[in-house]
Amino acid sequence: MKLDVTELTVFTVLLLAVTVLGFLAARWRRTRAMDDLKEWGLGGHQFGSWITWFLIGGDLYTAYTFVAIPALIYHVGGAGFFSLPDLAIVYPMVYLLLVRLWSVSKAKGYVTTADFVRGRFGSRALALCVAVTGILSTLPYIALQLMCIEAVLRTMGVDGQWPVAVAFVGLAGFTYQSGLRAPALIAIVKDVLVYTVVIAAVVFIPLKLGGWGHIFDTAGHKLSASGTGRTALAPQGQLNYASLALGSAMGLFLFPHTSTAALASRDRKVIKRNMAALPAYSLAVGFIALLGLMALAAGVVPLGTGDGGTDSNTVVPLLFHQMFPDWFAGVAFAAVGIGALVPASVMSIGAANLFTRNIYREFLRPRATPAEEARVSKLASLAVKLGALICTLMLTPQFSTDFQLIGNVIILQTLPAVGLGVVVRWFHRTGLLAGWVLGMAAGLWMLYRIPNPATHHAHFGGSALPLSELGFHTHMTMYVGVLALVVNLVVTVLVTLACRALRVPDGADETRTDDYFHAPAGSAKTPAPLPRPAGPVVAVRAESSPS
Amino acid sequence: MVTATSDSSSAEPSPARRDRSPWNWLLAPAAIAPLLTFIFNRDEPRLAGIPFFYWFQLLLVAFAAVCTSAVYLATRRSGASDEA
Repeated sequence: MKLDVTELTVFTVLLLAVTVLGFLAARWRRTRAMDDLKEWGLGGHQFGSWITWFLIGGDLYTAYTFVAIPALIYHVGGAGFFSLPDLAIVYPMVYLLLVRLWSVSKAKGYVTTADFVRGRFGSRALALCVAVTGILSTLPYIALQLMCIEAVLRTMGVDGQWPVAVAFVGLAGFTYQSGLRAPALIAIVKDVLVYTVVIAAVVFIPLKLGGWGHIFDTAGHKLSASGTGRTALAPQGQLNYASLALGSAMGLFLFPHTSTAALASRDRKVIKRNMAALPAYSLAVGFIALLGLMALAAGVVPLGTGDGGTDSNTVVPLLFHQMFPDWFAGVAFAAVGIGALVPASVMSIGAANLFTRNIYREFLRPRATPAEEARVSKLASLAVKLGALICTLMLTPQFSTDFQLIGNVIILQTLPAVGLGVVVRWFHRTGLLAGWVLGMAAGLWMLYRIPNPATHHAHFGGSALPLSELGFHTHMTMYVGVLALVVNLVVTVLVTLACRALRVPDGADETRTDDYFHAPAGSAKTPAPLPRPAGPVVAVRAESSPS
Repeated sequence: MVTATSDSSSAEPSPARRDRSPWNWLLAPAAIAPLLTFIFNRDEPRLAGIPFFYWFQLLLVAFAAVCTSAVYLATRRSGASDEA
């Protein structure tokens, strides 16, 4: 591509502006010194409804959503639209659970989901598993965000790795300096840009292309001609579609970045309101996804990567480049770029919190002060981003949605301990551990069995397992994440029953029923004392009753 | 369906679950309908040229939002402990 100076100028100015904003965010609404993990890593627990809306919105609806989902639809048609049912069901599904997680975290001073698991099930090993899972699943997710910036730059005619490295340094800098406040503030700018671009795209591009009907007809013909898909679902693809939506929705709030954003809110009402208001973003995603079909109808062909492959992520940027005047294309590219920085920042904070609380403080320095925790978390956030940068260099941009879906297979294995843990205490810690191990093994084994026909790799080529692999006489496929979760749950239940029968000692539960419904008065100013990992855990109830 | 927090054992006097409400059942159709692909896996009828498959799923997002908002508004009074 030829270098487009206007686009690049607008893009650079907007990205520089939000980077400065990110650094200034350190002073925004600050009540205490920044050398406290709750201040750096959770924004002081004081985000109200609006800020939380922007922050979770910035977190869930990322550059990956704007770029990779339409790219998938460009290739496979309606089957790639699974994000929409995913983002429709997630809020009613987690509505009651997330509020409980918030309350118990507030009451007990938990910063991460692994903190909760340790307190609830009295198992350091299980908490470690949850923490490691969270960190591992986050790395490819951050990498995907950086790849989206790369695709935008490529479209503007800027090749090579160094511009991404520059964006990365800015990101690392403001995250280190301002913590969760930076992405919260930048998310507001991101949303203004994204909504402007989406509305413009949905109104003007169909006009230019001859109407919605024409877009779907043309795209449908091209999909059936290439044999890769259709505008709706193939009969044997329905189960995969539904299981993908269900699996993605169940995994969404288990990721460290989403739980971090939710835990940063001020009270229970903020979360409930947000569960009701966040679907507004989902509607925007639905229209953004249709950009893939618009690109197909407009005859967009993705750019090459230079080493023979193609970068599907360039489909949407190229569509903007063709359809919009240069200056507005620059704004649209900035929206994608900023849409990558916000979640990448929160993800690195979430992963860093997990490292600090559940690895460093738990196993290395049990007597770490809050100031030391904040210091370690800041450094860990840099390490996480560096890890993601290395991932970017190793992963190929083709079908990058698969990396996200594979990360989701992994994070889903924490659902019994975290998601069900806020509702039931019946599971035995050994059962949960065994379920996690075997669910993870089953998931990775199934992913290993899936070839990638596009790149001719025999393994890890996607997330849809043909059910014939499991001995069923059918052409249907199903999302590996849901299958692995079933393995996990069955093992968890069986081992729990066995442990109860054999009277294997269970961990102590330090939480009480009240904690899940209660908002401790005035605790925004004085956080509850942190549970200490050293020494015997004081049991609130002597033995957990298998009820 | 899993039941209430199981640690509300009789040994420990504790108030009843404070988020129990018949309104919560509204969350179920919102969370299930978008998974029933056989309902909307068709092209016709189109709306402004958009196939049923797409506009109906967009409608289901709005449906989920309405259900969740209704649960929030209807149960707002009962949860007295929502504010910090």
